[in-house]
Amino acid sequence: MKQSITLGKVTKFMGLGFLSTFKDLFTGKLEKEDFKNFLRKVVVPIASILLFIGLWHMGSKSLYNIEAEFKIEKALNDQGPAAAEALRACIASGDSSCQPNTLPSPSQVWGSFESLLRDHALISADKAAFIEKTAALNEKRLAEGKDAITYTGRPSFVDQIFRSLKTVFAGFLLALFIAVPLGIFIGLSPTLKSSFNWFIQIFKPVSPVVWYLLVFMIVKTLLIDSSEDSSFTISFISVGLCSMWATLVNTAMGVSSVDKDYINVAKVLKLGNFQKIFKVVLPSSLPLIFTGLKITLSVAWMVLIAIELLAQSPGLGLFVWEEFQNGANDSNAKIIVAMFVIGIIGFLLDRLMLTIQNWVSFDKTDAI
Amino acid sequence: MSTIIENKTKIITEASGFPSRDVMLDLKDLKKVYPTPKGDYVVLEDLNLQIRKEEFVTIIGHSGCGKTTMLSMIAGLNPISGGNISVLGKHIKGPGPDRGVIFQAPSLMPWMTALQNVMLGVNQVFPDATKGQRNDIAKYYLQKVGLEDAFNKRASELSQGMQQRVGIARAFAIKPKVLLLDEPFGMLDSLTRGELQDILIEIWNKEKITAVMITHDVDEAIFLADRVVMMTSGPRAKIGDVLDIDFERPRTRKAVLEHDDYYKYRKHLIDFLEH
Repeated sequence: MKQSITLGKVTKFMGLGFLSTFKDLFTGKLEKEDFKNFLRKVVVPIASILLFIGLWHMGSKSLYNIEAEFKIEKALNDQGPAAAEALRACIASGDSSCQPNTLPSPSQVWGSFESLLRDHALISADKAAFIEKTAALNEKRLAEGKDAITYTGRPSFVDQIFRSLKTVFAGFLLALFIAVPLGIFIGLSPTLKSSFNWFIQIFKPVSPVVWYLLVFMIVKTLLIDSSEDSSFTISFISVGLCSMWATLVNTAMGVSSVDKDYINVAKVLKLGNFQKIFKVVLPSSLPLIFTGLKITLSVAWMVLIAIELLAQSPGLGLFVWEEFQNGANDSNAKIIVAMFVIGIIGFLLDRLMLTIQNWVSFDKTDAI
Repeated sequence: MSTIIENKTKIITEASGFPSRDVMLDLKDLKKVYPTPKGDYVVLEDLNLQIRKEEFVTIIGHSGCGKTTMLSMIAGLNPISGGNISVLGKHIKGPGPDRGVIFQAPSLMPWMTALQNVMLGVNQVFPDATKGQRNDIAKYYLQKVGLEDAFNKRASELSQGMQQRVGIARAFAIKPKVLLLDEPFGMLDSLTRGELQDILIEIWNKEKITAVMITHDVDEAIFLADRVVMMTSGPRAKIGDVLDIDFERPRTRKAVLEHDDYYKYRKHLIDFLEH
């Protein structure tokens, strides 16, 4: 019964089974009867992606034309035919100063993505150079008991992504450490359940914006003496509080709905409370707890953008907001890049949770 | 005069029971009432039953007559409304490992291996034994039920029949005074059921733990039991009749089926159930 771990098994385990189909395609291992499967799993998704990009391209082109016509019309009315002709020529030449501002096309978005990566390379090089330059000086300053000089330049897009991930994980951990123990207590005791129920029902639907404001009120006062930037603290706490409800409700439900047979076994064997919770109740409610945690993580990632934006905490949310305020020529394209990055990272986080769930859960069949 | 009469009645009551030192499990005037919006629903009333040490008793009766209620009251999982239950003369208070239970569903923790499931009980009952000794106890009983190759298989990977074998091993491994079996083979196909009956009776012959087993199967009731207790239909169910099964032990299925008394016993039980 020795099991070898193959690429196929690992990818299937992570819910990325389609990757192994790709591998079969390139290694020529694809059987004839697999062809239908291949068509469904690889060809159709790729075709739908291409279709999506095609529609997007055509849509953005027609929006571009509407915007361009409107601009020329306006120039004609306001400044006369000469100005309108000049503007038409300017737009046709592709000059960035007079481009209509609308939904960017797929190629513009790709261009912005590349430029963001170039920008990142530039900033990283700058940062590395700065660190090298100040290394000796910092050593001296530390020896004298002074604070080291740190790089304070503009963060790159990639830096913002990591900053957002950090915020989301801090918020997720906060939610985990509050919601799971609380959920266990609530699930075990009907008294606690009824006393907490109103609390959960009222606070669950509260919007992320309001949570942010609430946390802001409290943290601002608590950190009144601190000169440090509290935006990270405020945003991760808000993210945690917004997203913890799914875990809280699921944990309480899982714990209170443990199979009666298991509880009877625990009673007959006279297991102590500690043993009962850790050997019977918790393992049996793990699938539901993980379903809750999965929802929590995806909610956390979703509300993060709004909260970073409000808290002015560096990250993807702030990036989107600044690009929107900036109104530069490629701002719209950068916002769309951020949108895709947010979506893809959200998808990967979901897969990550699914992998952990499959790994710890006893019931391999009910994970979705 | 009066003292003679008193003595006489005393002798009679004792004669209807067993000498108290032989009694393992004693149900006295047992009553179970479920309150409903339409008033109390009396499941069991005036139920008296004594079970001797090392006796195997099967309980048979129509569905819904209160057999399972009675058994879960003995197990301590269901509160008693009236009367009392005592084990070796001591009234029971709630569940405890002196009364092992084999449930209808195997009720194994699916996230644990077969060995871990048995160890869960063994650890609880023998806290002073060393880890190795406890392991040996659990493994011994798993071997007895024919699972020597499945120690480290997860319960969720075992078939229904194999799971119930683990359930049997778990119940015997905690060495209870009384073993309570709630239709343990009801969910199995008849082949597996026969196999498990053989396994159960083989271990029981060795351990001689007082056993009370609910069953719907007349043949199973006769094959396993020293006495078959027939319960009347509810509400207000009580003991209707008791049938002594005088086959010697150890029994084999073949010898039991070929015995002259077998069909007599069978007819008795079926007559009662169809009455």
